[in-house]
Amino acid sequence: MAEVTLVEAARLAALQEMRRDPRVWVLGEDVARGGLFGQYRGFIEEFGAARIVSTPISESTIMGAGLGAALVGTRPIIEMRIFDFVMCAMDELVNQIAKIRYMFGGQARPAVVVRMPHGMWRNSAAQHSQMLESWFAHLPGVVVAVPATPADTAGLLVSAIRSDDPVLFFDPKNLFPLKGEVGEAIEPIPFGEARRMREGTDLTIVTWSAMVPAVEEAALTLAARGISADVLDLRTLWPWDERAVLASVARTGRLLVAHEAVTVAGFGAEVVSRVVERLGPARLRRAARLGQPRVPVPFAPVLEDALKPDAAKVVAAAEALLRD
Amino acid sequence: MNAGGDNRARLLALYGTMCRIRAFEETALAAHRAGEIPGPLHVSIGQEGVAAGVCLNLRPDDRITSNHRGHGHALAKGAGVAGMMEELLGRAGGHCRGKGGSMHIADFSVGMLGANGVVAGGIPIAVGAAQGLRLLGSDAIVCCFFGDGAINRGPFLEGLNWAALYRLPVLFVCEDNGVAAFTRAESVTAGPGVAARAEALGVPAVPVDGNDALAVDAAAARLVAEVRGGGGPRLLHATTFRLMGHTSTDPAAWREVGEVEAARAEEPILRLRAHLLEQGVAPRTLDAIEGDARAEMSQARAAALAAPWPDAAVAWEDVQDSGAVEAA
Repeated sequence: MAEVTLVEAARLAALQEMRRDPRVWVLGEDVARGGLFGQYRGFIEEFGAARIVSTPISESTIMGAGLGAALVGTRPIIEMRIFDFVMCAMDELVNQIAKIRYMFGGQARPAVVVRMPHGMWRNSAAQHSQMLESWFAHLPGVVVAVPATPADTAGLLVSAIRSDDPVLFFDPKNLFPLKGEVGEAIEPIPFGEARRMREGTDLTIVTWSAMVPAVEEAALTLAARGISADVLDLRTLWPWDERAVLASVARTGRLLVAHEAVTVAGFGAEVVSRVVERLGPARLRRAARLGQPRVPVPFAPVLEDALKPDAAKVVAAAEALLRD
Repeated sequence: MNAGGDNRARLLALYGTMCRIRAFEETALAAHRAGEIPGPLHVSIGQEGVAAGVCLNLRPDDRITSNHRGHGHALAKGAGVAGMMEELLGRAGGHCRGKGGSMHIADFSVGMLGANGVVAGGIPIAVGAAQGLRLLGSDAIVCCFFGDGAINRGPFLEGLNWAALYRLPVLFVCEDNGVAAFTRAESVTAGPGVAARAEALGVPAVPVDGNDALAVDAAAARLVAEVRGGGGPRLLHATTFRLMGHTSTDPAAWREVGEVEAARAEEPILRLRAHLLEQGVAPRTLDAIEGDARAEMSQARAAALAAPWPDAAVAWEDVQDSGAVEAA
């Protein structure tokens, strides 16, 4: 075991898989120079320009070419550089990649990983900070991965690369410097299994991606105030670990879903709805969602901070949920 | 060109493919009018020379991508007729198990990577398939069919630039029928057109009369050899004429009076037939080819009509492995 940053963990996972399987390759802007975040550092020297393909700024074709290459039997990692740029490749992702297996009756399996570093990061403003993972959870045909720790990023990326499903892999770019232990040999982490961050009895907090450290900090504060939170990091939004969430809420009777994305129609709405449907009002006493207000992400640090869900907001929301 | 020996066999094969495409689509239109085929049908009647002439030069392991008007491409690449007709009728034995229909015909077993419901949608897929084939060490090539409407979409620029940049084995084939859906292409296309755009990106472009199947065959033979030889991508600009409307429900009343009638005299099957007769092929030989094609398609229609519908549970299948939902 070694302690590495999250971005290094992601690099090690892709490195391991590229060494294991010669059909795996990477395409995206600047990947030959290591990628925007160094997540492919050193790959060009080891794998060469045929497998580490620095591309033009042509998002439609980065996405669509990845699909075409998958259809003939390779396993591309499609690097979108920054999540927000996927908007330039939505036909290729939504109409092509997500549909092709289904509309061709199972003739094709588009085994691609689409990496999209998302979320607020260094005051990058409205076109480089979005979290729209709920859009893609809504989309049949894809897996949606939203890891938050070095170990989970590495393990889920290994699963993503080995999966025959198209996997939308949301790298949490603000957490890239976060450190954690990663094994020598990185084992795949199955999709749809939440990670219990903390055991508790008073309320359940469900979270994922960039929000995880804030919730971790909030849980400590709550504990110091005598509130015991049961905290789950979903790690993947499709499939998602409904069973773990239901089991937890069945015990606590209170559910808070916290995500960095806009609250309205965010994936928190789906989580709360499912819990309501399954447990009913008798066992779910209170539920709440915490996320960004429905406004774009602003530039100035004071403005960004005003909108960003943080530990203090989680604490306040949790305490409000317990007041009844 | 003489029609003796091997060459005669080649011309008859070309003629046969064109007749089969025509018969397939006329049969499908009749089935559509009879209410046997749901949804829209985009037929390529009048454009058969391009699909047949190009695909005659492809190997079984070469791949093609197509567009919404893809029956001809699929048939010319060798897609099974029974599976195609069943797919159009939404039956269980369709190539796509009844989930794709006319607009999403695909037969991966013969390298037909799919028709596409989005204009220019096949272009990025084609260049990526070529890149993947190269990575796997194959010398197969990819042929990418699209229409004149596609050249005004971004993926055309991106895909040609990309193919030229990496010298990928792609033959781009622009079937220029002069109309993008209901709009005359010239009224929405600035500049000198597809060939000039391709050349500007470093993709050599060759113009051809797409209704002259012999000329298409000859041009495609040369371009396919250049592409397979590592010369990088090429573009074939085939001008042709769509004799029918945009979809099965479009009577094309927006055409000028006499326009379609004039075009009928220049349609590719008649022209190849006239050439073959000139070369001394007996009329009954050609009649037999046409008759066989019509019989094959009419039999396929009857078989598809008698074939079972997909089980409702099939609607839940082929979505994804992880997180697949269960039938309600």
